[in-house]
This record gives sequence, structure tokens and C-alpha cells, in this order.
Amino acid sequence: MNNLTGEYLLELKKVCVSYTPGKNAVNNVSADILPNTITAIMGPSGCGKSTLLRAINRMHELYPNIVTTGEILLKGKDVLKMNPSEVRRMAGMVFQRPNPFPTMSIYDNVIAGYGLNGIRLKKSEKDEIVETSLRNVALWDEVKDSMTKKGSFLSGGQQQRLCIARALALKPELLLMDEPTSALDPISTNRIEELLLELKEQFTIVIVTHNTSQAARISNYSMFMYLGDLVEYDTTKQMFTKPKDKRTEDYLTGVFG
Amino acid sequence: MKDKLFKSFLFAAAGLVLLLAGGMFYSLVGGSVNAFRHFGLVDFITTADWNPRTGEERYGALSFISGTLFTALFALLLCIPFSLPVALFNGEYFKGKKIAVAASSIVDLLAGIPSIVYGLWGFYTLRPLIVSSGLNEQGFGILTASVVLAIMIIPYASSLSTEFISMVPNDLKEGAYSLGATNLEVIRRVSLPIAGSGIFAAYILALGRALGETMAVTMLIGNTNNIPTSLFDTGNTMASIIANQFGEADGLKLSSLIAIGLLLFLITAGINSIAKLVMRKILH
Amino acid sequence: MGFKSDIKYRSAADKVFFGVICFFTALTMVPLFLILWELLKKGYKQFNVNLFTEVAPTSMDAMLAKMSSELIPGGVLNGITGGLLIIVVAIVIAIPIGIMAGIYLADNPKGIFSGSVRYLADLVQGTPSIVIGIIAYAWVVKPLHSYSALAGSVALAIMMLPLIIRSTEETLKMLPASLKEAGLALGASYTNVVIKILLPSAFGGLFTGILLAISRIMGETAPLMLTALGASIINWDIYKPTSAIPLLIWEFYQNPNLVDLIWSSSLLLLLIILTLNLTAKSIARKWKIQ
Repeated sequence: MNNLTGEYLLELKKVCVSYTPGKNAVNNVSADILPNTITAIMGPSGCGKSTLLRAINRMHELYPNIVTTGEILLKGKDVLKMNPSEVRRMAGMVFQRPNPFPTMSIYDNVIAGYGLNGIRLKKSEKDEIVETSLRNVALWDEVKDSMTKKGSFLSGGQQQRLCIARALALKPELLLMDEPTSALDPISTNRIEELLLELKEQFTIVIVTHNTSQAARISNYSMFMYLGDLVEYDTTKQMFTKPKDKRTEDYLTGVFG
Repeated sequence: MKDKLFKSFLFAAAGLVLLLAGGMFYSLVGGSVNAFRHFGLVDFITTADWNPRTGEERYGALSFISGTLFTALFALLLCIPFSLPVALFNGEYFKGKKIAVAASSIVDLLAGIPSIVYGLWGFYTLRPLIVSSGLNEQGFGILTASVVLAIMIIPYASSLSTEFISMVPNDLKEGAYSLGATNLEVIRRVSLPIAGSGIFAAYILALGRALGETMAVTMLIGNTNNIPTSLFDTGNTMASIIANQFGEADGLKLSSLIAIGLLLFLITAGINSIAKLVMRKILH
Repeated sequence: MGFKSDIKYRSAADKVFFGVICFFTALTMVPLFLILWELLKKGYKQFNVNLFTEVAPTSMDAMLAKMSSELIPGGVLNGITGGLLIIVVAIVIAIPIGIMAGIYLADNPKGIFSGSVRYLADLVQGTPSIVIGIIAYAWVVKPLHSYSALAGSVALAIMMLPLIIRSTEETLKMLPASLKEAGLALGASYTNVVIKILLPSAFGGLFTGILLAISRIMGETAPLMLTALGASIINWDIYKPTSAIPLLIWEFYQNPNLVDLIWSSSLLLLLIILTLNLTAKSIARKWKIQ
């Protein structure tokens, strides 16, 4: 994708999400995100960071009574007015716990997005997508001889990379990651962080994390959310050295959270 | 001391179940020995004669075995397009909602209707329909029996399938949705494949039910001793021949009927064991 | 890529499928109402006090009534009393054994013995009722040389037993382990803990299980045909042939003079079963058990 300077990939305009009427879990969040960057969303648990992330690909619609308002523009198009299937294909998601489909082989897991969207591909096209996606997550060499094995046969870290490959296979504009390393050991976490830095060259990543040092290590921009509000949004460097808001400073210095 | 006695009572009660099952098997075998000795085990199963005339007495179970399998399997086939939607309605679309609770309670009530009442309904409501549609002159036969049987086993197939479908982990479904799948695509490619073996077990158990159903089938199948060759044929099942002829039977005929009971017992036991095995595999 | 056009097709397919699911689910409920409607429509005329206060009419009485186009006299009192007798005796046999075996399984969840008890209980539960009729015939009718209420009770008790074992075990397993430990910690004997603490706490679940088990066997006809046989009079002797409502329905069905009585008696039977069933479920909901 071309990096068009000054053009935002994702624009959030006064986004509100509520689980019960009159109470916003995400309150009036506005933020713009540049392509080919990693943006970390931080905050104590219950601050609305995952809720905000899940609003972007409209996951909230899977459950009743969750209302999202405002505007979310992805490449200039309002996702709230698009078909949810189209939105979710443009914005891939990686979850807290690795969730490879247990009935599918490793190969089929990577290509699952195409099957799930009813897209038929030639064998050669599939092979190519699977190899590229697995190379993207540095899993190719580890699994290329066991493609027909079930995804659950892999270790936790490998499973999570498989899930990232599954999301990347659809060539999304945006990758949404909801605490993708919270269920992993430090070594696997480290590998995934390295991977994200490489993926940034091709993709745009928004990652929710409760781990401030992870945000400091990998992100270009950081958001700090507290009680549903976006308290501060800046370059990561700026936020970690000179936070503007007292609450951000308290959080980063470990006063709460 | 008192505790020891109490505990041994509990143990004895549990042990009684083993004795009961063993005793059932023993009595069935004991009652069938005469027939098997007379006709030979294999011949008894593979011949279709049912001739009670003295001097020419000859009994074989093949007509009834085939009648049983024919009606039960066809009923199973007929019940799928109803029990599967019910399971998806309750276990996927409206999982945990009030409407699903209501729907499943109503469907469960179908299991509470006595077999004989189903028989009456089949006889007086369904049979005339089949007669007037011109499919069958008398309205009796495999088709009529299977349709009623299908309704009877729907609650068994659907309630267990519902459980397995609702057990599909939410994070897997979210994974599929996040890739852009619609509800239908998630069901087809994630929920059903994952719940598949559980649903299979549910249908096996429902089949076990269908094999042993007696009254409704007896009232609708036509009670003829032949191997049914089409849906519109009349026939008899293992259960219906016992219900029809046990009362007036003695000697070799009684033994043959008990032998059919033993075969039915073994078939349902086998079917239920398969279902249990599949379910145990899933839950571990 | 041509994703956009097929998204429309896919969401349409999704909606159609959802519609089909709802339609077939609704359709599945129809037979219940059709059957109820049929029984009400054809049975309400005969559904009167006589049904509960008089025994089944003779074929002759029914024929005479029919010829003068009156309601058929008589009711199903012998079926009600007989059914009551058979079921009470079945309960007396099945409940103590079932509850004790259930307590044993809840206390000893693992091991080959418990595993086989559980497996065989399931196997007995899956055994067709007609086969259980043969068993009760062989165990009771043949040795006593007579069809009897007792034989019917044995058959129904065998059918109830696995249901009671299962519900007892499940209910006891749902009680918090601390309940038992607290009792034992107070120095109570195991027997007292079970009888005075566990069983009373599990009462709702046990009661529900028993009600459901009764509602399951109430409508059984086939095993009773081979055991209790039926009787045209009220009988309280467990060693004599006895009737029950399902047996009467079967008799009425086969007798052209009596056949009009099938609807009211089926309606009565179905109402009893549904009431038991719904009562059990509402108790279960109250006690928050499945």
C-alpha cells in the first residue's frame, strides 16, 4: 500500500459505545491513525480499550443492545454504513487467546478467511497465499512439513502467529490486535513483538495492551484511555517522556492499573 | 459401624444395577435358547419365514429386522430437517434467550406424548391424509409409521444437538466473524464441523429410540410378516411383532418372540454404546 | 476483486437461511398443538365426571348407548386406580434403590465399578419398553403363573430406575463440596451427613427427577400389555391383573363399540402427563437446576 503522507488510514470521530442506554463504555473518542504505524491503546482494565477496538470492525453487532455511534472512517469510508462482512475483511483481528479453528488443518486455517467468505481459489493461488502469510509471521519454516496437521497441534505462541497469518491472508488494510500476547510466555511474546515491527512495513496495526513496556517497545503512537475517555493520544516517545495529563503520568509510573 | 453398614447399602444398590442388566440379558438369552437351538442362530436372523401352523412351524426374524431398520432409518432421515433447525435456533441464533427456552420446552413436550396417543393421531389424522393423497390404499405402512416416528424422536435429536452446538466456544465464532463471515458461513464452517460428532451422537441416540418404539408403530405399520421393499409397503418391526403376538404365544413361538426381543436389546445396546463412545471422546 | 457484489448475495443467503431455520422450528411445534386440538375436539364431549367415577363400560352397554345415540356410559376409573396402584408400587421399588445408587455414584465418581454401573444404567434406560415388558413377564408373570399389577410395577420400576439414579447423582454433584465437609467437620457421621444434610438440600432436584420419571412411564402401554394385562373391574390386589389408562385406550381402540372413548381417555392421560412434566420443570427452574 502506498504511504500517502498526511492521509489517515483510520479516522475516529466522536465514537461512543454503550452496553446500557445512557452509559458510555467508550465516550466521544476522536483520533486519526496514519498508515504503516503501530498504535497502542493502553489503560487500566475496564477503561474501554477493547470496546473501542471491537467497535472498529463492528464486532459489537454480534451481541444485542450494544450501540455504537459517531463516525469511523476506514480509508475514507464510514464503516458503520458498510456491510459488516466487508468491514471485517478490511480490518483483520487477532484475539487475546489464540483461536485457530480446531477442525481445520494448519493450511486450511490460514486460508479460512477465503472459505468463510465464499471465495473459491485455485490450488496454486491458495498455496501462494498460505506461504506468503506464513512467511509473514515467520512460521513457514516451522510448519511447512506439517501443513495437514490440526492447528491445535502447535504451541501457544505458534498458534497465535497462525491466527495472525490467518488475518493477514485476506490482505487487510488494518490489523486490530486485542492483547495478543497476554496469554503467551515471554519468549513467544518477544517473537510476536519482533514480528509486528516487521509487519508494520506492509500493514497498519492498532494494538490493545495492558503492558506499558510493550507499548513503549513497539508502538509509534500511543493512546491512553481512562473510564471510557481518550485522555491522551500522542507519539509514543512524547507520551512516555513528557505525558501531558496527570492521569497518564500516574498510569505510566504505575500508580494505578 | 453404622456408617459401614450404610455405605454397604449404597454399594449394594449400585451393584443391583449390574445385577439388573446382567439378569435382563440372562433371562432374554434363557428364553431364546429354544428358538436358537431349533432354527440355528444364523438361520433365525437370516430367514423371513413366520409360519405358526402346527407341524410346519418355522420362525425367522429377517422381515422384522428389516422392517425395524427401514422405519427407524427413514424416520431418522425425516427428523433431520426439523431437529437440526430447532437445534440451531436454540443453540446458535437464540442461545440463552427466553425465546429459545420457550421453544425448547415446547419441543420437549413432544417427548411427553405417549406412544399410543401418537398412534391414534397417526391412525385417525395422518392415515386418511395418506389415503386421500393416493400414495397408499389403506394408509398403513412404512411411510405412515416413519412419519409419526420422526415426530416422536425430534425432541431427542434436537435437545442433545442443541447442547453440543451451544458448546462451540465463542472465541472461535468471533474469529470467524472477524474474517468477514456471515452467520450462515460461521454455522457451516465453524459451528457445525465442531459440534459435528456431538450431533452425530445425538442422532445415533434418536435412532436407538426409533428402533424400540412400539405402540405407534404397531398401530400404523400394517402388521404383515414380509420384508418391506418400498415406503408404501406394509410390514412389522421387531417391537410390533412382539406387541402383537406375545399375548397368545407359547412354546416355540414364544421363544422366537423372546429371541427377537434379545436381538432388539442387543441392537439398541450397541447403538447406545456407540453414541456414548462418541460423546466420551468429545468430552475428553 | 469482486467482493462487493457477492456480499449482497451472501447476506441475502444468510437472511434466507435464518428464515428457513425459524420456519422449520415453528413447524416442529405444530404437531403438539395438532394432537392437543384433535384430542380436545373429539374428546370434550366424553370428558365428564363419569370418566373419573365409573369403570369402563362393557361392549354391550356401549353398543346400546350408541344405537340410541346417547353418550357412551362409563369412564376409566379402573384405569385410574389400576395405574395408581401399579405406579405407587413401582415407585416403592425404584426410589430407594435409585436414590441409594445415585448417592453411591456421586460419592465414588471414578473407578471401573462406578463406570460400569453408570454405563449399564444408561443401557437399561435405552432398552425398548417392550423388551422390558418381556423381562417382567419372565421374572414375575411366569413364576407366579398370572398377569399382575406387580409385574407391571416391576417393568415400570426398571424403566424409572436409571432416570432416578441419574437425577440423584447430578443433583448431589451440584451441591457445594463444603456442605458435606462442614457436616463432617462438626463431627457428624457420614450417614447423618447424607440423610440430614445432603438429601434435604437436594430435595428439589430429587423431587423433580422423580416427577419426570413418573411422567415418562405414565403413558407406557407396551410393557403393561405383557404384564398387567388389564381388568374390567377396580382391582387393588397386586397379584391380580390390573388395568391402567393406556391399557384401556388400547382396548377401546380395538373395540368398534368402545372406540369413541379413546379421545376423552387420551385427553385425560395427556393432561396428567403434561401437568406432571410442567410441574417438574417449574420446580426445576425454581431450584435453578436443569
